[in-house]
Amino acid sequence: MYRQKHLFLLPGLLVLVAIIIFPLLFTIRVSFSSWDVFQPGLDWIGGENYGRLLEDARYWGALGRLLVMAVGTVLIQYVLGFALALLVWGDLRARRFFRVLFLVPMMTTPVVMSVIWRTVFHESIGPLNGILQAVGLHGLPWLSEPTLAFISVMMVEIWQWTPFMFLLLLAGLVSLPREPYLAAKIDGAGPIRTFFAVTFPAMAGISIAAILIRLIEASKIMESVYVMTSGGPGTATETSSYYIYIRGLRDFQLGYASSLSVTYLVIMIISLTIIAKVLVRFFVKDRT
Amino acid sequence: MKTLYLAIKYLAILVWSCFVVFPFLWALTTSFKTANGVTGGATWIPWLQYEPSMHGWKTLFGGAGGTDITGPYLNSIIVTGSASLISIVLGTLAAYGLSRFTFKAGFVRNGDITFFFISQRIMPPIVLAIPFFLLLRQLGLLDTLAGLVLVYIALLLPIAVWVMVDFFNNVPRQLDEMAWLDGCTPMTTFYRVILPNSVPGLIVAGMFCLIFGWNDFFFAFTLTFTNTQLLPVAIVALNSSVTPWWSLSASALISVAPLILLAFVVERFLSRGGLAGAVR
Repeated sequence: MYRQKHLFLLPGLLVLVAIIIFPLLFTIRVSFSSWDVFQPGLDWIGGENYGRLLEDARYWGALGRLLVMAVGTVLIQYVLGFALALLVWGDLRARRFFRVLFLVPMMTTPVVMSVIWRTVFHESIGPLNGILQAVGLHGLPWLSEPTLAFISVMMVEIWQWTPFMFLLLLAGLVSLPREPYLAAKIDGAGPIRTFFAVTFPAMAGISIAAILIRLIEASKIMESVYVMTSGGPGTATETSSYYIYIRGLRDFQLGYASSLSVTYLVIMIISLTIIAKVLVRFFVKDRT
Repeated sequence: MKTLYLAIKYLAILVWSCFVVFPFLWALTTSFKTANGVTGGATWIPWLQYEPSMHGWKTLFGGAGGTDITGPYLNSIIVTGSASLISIVLGTLAAYGLSRFTFKAGFVRNGDITFFFISQRIMPPIVLAIPFFLLLRQLGLLDTLAGLVLVYIALLLPIAVWVMVDFFNNVPRQLDEMAWLDGCTPMTTFYRVILPNSVPGLIVAGMFCLIFGWNDFFFAFTLTFTNTQLLPVAIVALNSSVTPWWSLSASALISVAPLILLAFVVERFLSRGGLAGAVR
């Protein structure tokens, strides 16, 4: 009877292993070769690529930028998403309308919306500067000044993905039991007290999950960068994925780009594991 | 105090709603502009501020001086649809197996296998892009729909498994046991008893697959050239220094329209508490 159990698991498992594990092993192998336009094919140069990436300031700069961008956007998304979820959780006119509206951005194709945002940020004929000038302020060089370009990309990421936080946190809020709230009311706790004593601790698990999922996705940021700034001005908005893309699929230095990929993946796995541990500690300590 | 709180609440909702709607309204009004209307600055109101024209919309469907996006649209539907379907079938089977039977291979247990599936989401696309490129070139599948479907399965299968394992864990085991007592094999149990009871889970899983498939740009971009363009690639191709803002906006709007309708479905599940299980 249980003989059939493999029929369930194996097709999916084998397909995934075939599509992902072999390419991954291949990447690791390529990272020890000098595969590029002049030398297309596998050879063995040992750890030369890895030595080179240690001294590649542009790579580490991109990684630092990614860290700031990912952690920054995810934290803002969490706070905003939680606030929005709380707002449409309680009594509200047209509650369902706002719930749908707030979900909409995450349904839209990020790269397509980035194209629209690029026109929004346009310096001379974009609507954002149009509004600024209409209220008597100066227009800003949204995509051509390093710090502003960085903020613009973050803004688009926040617009796109706050709804995801909102969705997970609202799903959590909706499924909370009612009894603790009655108890809090009887004890005469105000809304702020109730939030920190009842809601926030009860949402610890889902908060950790939501932040982690978003951090994982945010660590891949590159499409909005590609469309809006192409990593510029200079390298001001270049993230790791985008830099590897330039090295690998534009300069066609496959060997070197593979070593960058492998390093990037290892760093991501290690740092996400550490962040997961820290998050658990932070939220569980708050439980008291 | 109460009124102040209410005022802040509605103000916050209003501000965020404007932020959400802003790019859509801008795209909508831009899609009716001509070159003159665009260079005239950030205008919003047709007739009053600029002369509206259907030019941007017409070029999308083969009109002069634009890109016909019906081909890419169809390609996107085919690739997203078939990859989602295959992922749901394989993912549902695997998820049922993981939820009902014990698998052991050395130190690997069910939990580890489930984690393996889900952990694929950690993989940055760029890490896989280079080997995928070389692999598909070797197989002669570069720049074809079949090649993209293959790659998208890798993208979507983990999502299907993730949602469905969770869903099946909440379907009572007594259901299976009763079917076994009636003489069903595991396959027929799954097919006749479990599957008909899993429609909500299948809808959620299918929805996530469609969202992630339809919205992917990176693989469609790196693994195709000109023969097989998917919708996002076709739209980004319009994005250059001399961007035709009108057709760009129009194409962006009809590309995101189908999934915006999905927001209503999501909200339905949300209100019924049907998503709580899926996200824990």
